[in-house]
Amino acid sequence: MHQLTLAEIARGLADKSFSAEELTRALLQRIHQLDPQLNSFISVTDELAISQAKAADARRAAGENGALLGAPIAHKDLFCTQGVRTSCGSKMLDSFTAPYDATVVAKLAEAGAVTLGKTNMDEFAMGSANESSHYGAVKNPWNLEHVPGGSSGGSAAAVAARLLPAATGTDTGGSIRQPAALTSLTGLKPTYGRVSRWGMIAYASSLDQGGPMARTAEDCALLLQGMAGFDPKDSTSIDEPVPDYSTSLNGSLQGLRIGLPKEYFGAGLDPRIADLVQASVKELEKLGAVIKEISLPNMQHAIPAYYVIAPAEASSNLSRFDGVRFGYRCENPKDLTDLYKRSRGEGFGSEVQRRIMVGTYALSAGYYDAYYLKAQKIRRLIKNDFMAAFEGVDVILGPTTPNLAWKIGAKNADPVAAYLEDVYTITANLAGLPGLSMPAGFVDGLPVGVQLLAPYFQEGRLLNVAHQYQQVTDWHTRAPNGF
Amino acid sequence: MQWEVVIGLEIHTQLATQSKIFSGSATTFGSEPNTQASLIDLGMPGVLPVLNQEAVRMACMFGLAIDAEIGQHNVFARKNYFYPDLPKGYQISQMELPIVGKGHLDIALEDGTVKRIGITRAHLEEDAGKSLHEDFAGSSGIDLNRAGTPLLEIVSEPEMRSAKEAVAYVKAIHALVRYLGICDGNMAEGSLRCDCNVSIRPKGQAEFGTRCEIKNVNSFRFIERAINSEVQRQIELIEDGGKVIQETRLYDPNKDETRSMRSKEEANDYRYFPDPDLLPVVIESAYLDDLRATLPELPPQKVERFQSQYGLSAYDANVLASSREQAEYFEKVAAIGGDAKLAANWVMVELGSLLNKLGVEIDQAPVTAEQLGGMLLRIRDNTISGKIAKTVFEAMANGEGDADQIIKDKDLIVESDSGVIEKILDEVLAANAEQLEQYRAADEAKRGKMFGFFVGQAMRASKGKADPQQVNQLLKSKLEG
Repeated sequence: MHQLTLAEIARGLADKSFSAEELTRALLQRIHQLDPQLNSFISVTDELAISQAKAADARRAAGENGALLGAPIAHKDLFCTQGVRTSCGSKMLDSFTAPYDATVVAKLAEAGAVTLGKTNMDEFAMGSANESSHYGAVKNPWNLEHVPGGSSGGSAAAVAARLLPAATGTDTGGSIRQPAALTSLTGLKPTYGRVSRWGMIAYASSLDQGGPMARTAEDCALLLQGMAGFDPKDSTSIDEPVPDYSTSLNGSLQGLRIGLPKEYFGAGLDPRIADLVQASVKELEKLGAVIKEISLPNMQHAIPAYYVIAPAEASSNLSRFDGVRFGYRCENPKDLTDLYKRSRGEGFGSEVQRRIMVGTYALSAGYYDAYYLKAQKIRRLIKNDFMAAFEGVDVILGPTTPNLAWKIGAKNADPVAAYLEDVYTITANLAGLPGLSMPAGFVDGLPVGVQLLAPYFQEGRLLNVAHQYQQVTDWHTRAPNGF
Repeated sequence: MQWEVVIGLEIHTQLATQSKIFSGSATTFGSEPNTQASLIDLGMPGVLPVLNQEAVRMACMFGLAIDAEIGQHNVFARKNYFYPDLPKGYQISQMELPIVGKGHLDIALEDGTVKRIGITRAHLEEDAGKSLHEDFAGSSGIDLNRAGTPLLEIVSEPEMRSAKEAVAYVKAIHALVRYLGICDGNMAEGSLRCDCNVSIRPKGQAEFGTRCEIKNVNSFRFIERAINSEVQRQIELIEDGGKVIQETRLYDPNKDETRSMRSKEEANDYRYFPDPDLLPVVIESAYLDDLRATLPELPPQKVERFQSQYGLSAYDANVLASSREQAEYFEKVAAIGGDAKLAANWVMVELGSLLNKLGVEIDQAPVTAEQLGGMLLRIRDNTISGKIAKTVFEAMANGEGDADQIIKDKDLIVESDSGVIEKILDEVLAANAEQLEQYRAADEAKRGKMFGFFVGQAMRASKGKADPQQVNQLLKSKLEG
């Protein structure tokens, strides 16, 4: 049963091959049995899951028939879930039980999805390896000595290990696409504003976007359908109709113009990954796509700009964790300053503290223009590059990551080396564009992902290309040994 | 050394919206602590602000009323600092692109002149909560009911030159926001609070001296006293060879002095940056046109109309228009009484001093506009004299009824029967035969003085009721005779 995709589960539930409760119990058992190897869950919500599954079965018995009714999922542990610990992977929120549901959580619950638990993540979504979690590193099911990527590493590892078919993630600089690539999943970061951020604990507000992680593009379409939409509670959410993503999957790729940015294939890219990306291009050509070389000349500035803007916003977003109203509070503070200093010093891990300091510095008087304002200008240039490129192509294709999943601990001493892993993904966040990573092969038994980018609100086009690719390839169907 | 005082003010006005600026919580004053604090006001993880359009409308109303440029693309920014009553660790405010730009406001000075004060800007922001330091046995309590209440911070140019001017400006702002219905103006409840930037410079010097900011002064009287004591402090400091250092100070009304709160070096670096959770506010011209049409008549127009329609002086017009309630009271009295100048005089002088004495505002005046207007009618038709009117007014203030009732009860009608008056005069002259002799013997200059004596005697004999004009005429002819 654990091999089933969301689409297959929907069919199985519809034709009563199994009930949501049976499925849920089977997957919960599998999680309890296998997750100790992976550490992909922070909380497993057995009781909630079984009650939701029973409710889904009752709704189905009453005649309802939604694609997500009874579908087992998990949420990255930064989506507030009422009555459930929502930790953000941090000691700071280890004791925090959310008093309300994030819009994403509420929408999916309403659609009948069953929440099996909350998945592990880099602390406050800051990281590319899922090593900064207060709850320990997550292991890559393809090789337990390697990282699964981050920050949505728990969701990635759990879905790749067939603990469940799909999970939510968030992507601020690649945090859905990069772990999807490193675990052989399909993961989609929607257009900024497509999915509500209400209840999604902020890392960098102008870049954060929730999205689906699953094994197939078809499943991403189903899950995105349940997540997307305008939300009056999020001022940056966009009031744009949500298309039916499943019906967009089957379009022909004949004549589809795919742009390959030359900057994505330069130095720093593992040549074995480059080969697999070129192989995927050949497959798409066979499906009728037309390949063009393009240029995104300002891409080289993306990492510096991102590592100013994201920490700047984070330094402010994380100010509310002060030990006063919720979350971690130090023992016996001697005065207010001591309360602040020790609660934050003890409650936040080192990567979070590093980014808060970097961001505070970038916003400080005398540095603001040189860092923050300049980064915003670069952001505009990067967006302009994409706008110009999309005049001539329908999608942009390249590698998702420059390297394979690395060994746990290998980049701990050098944060900048880890930051460089985001080089291909962060431009979509800076520009607010939708991006998708899909499985494209293996090197030394470790997965490789291909990234597709499209114009604003063209999530359907990305899912269409990935789905068509998955009709002629089988990378996405392969399971890691032991799972 | 002659010193010139330079004052600029930052006035925080709480906008009278039903709900908070970024959440749906109510803004009622005085509720039980933390009963008006939602997830958003608490700064819970994951919550987001949504701008209250009503606060935007009110800010635009203010901008239109001071003839300001409206920031048709204005931006919210985060002001970052840590304090327990600031739940998010930042205050959502506006920095580079405020909603209201440069404007101006005219104020009436006591010497009868009118001065135009420049307004630099006005921006929207959220209020913080309150820290409660009493009753918590060594700890502090936090009440977040006020957190998120919309504020319009109005920043003036440093164009006031005395504490009196500063108070006149604050009163004019106070009147304006109440005219507009955008703030209840209740200073005791903190609805309107003032930060005063004060510096001094030698008279004639162009550049400003170093300024100090007196934080959070919340009454007209304290504003005047705080500024005066700060000016005195700065003068004494400089004349003793010291230097003013830029700092934030607090006014202690009990000791009537300001004291240092924090110096510029200790000041926070607020690290302002545009709030990524909120989109820029775009204000269409059509929206402003519609809004302009809803503006009530404002003090400047009212002042102009009071002068042209009623022939009042600029000073009187300014005083009467200084609050919506006073202007409405005056116009009602004038309409009933039929004499605007007389009405203006009574409202400003007699009613003004009565209110002062009682320490109440005009909307709680013990004499209604209808009562005062009715009394003016009796003055105009000579039923009572101006002097008797004061007695009637006092009686009305004591709740003894309307003017007609009081005049009747106290028998205060002017005696205008010439026969009766002549009889009184005859009695007066008979009783003062000696003075009559002296008068008839005196020269013109002396006679003038003595004439007053007889008038006084006659008025006293009539208990003030005799028509003074007739007394004058008849007395003159009798004395001559």
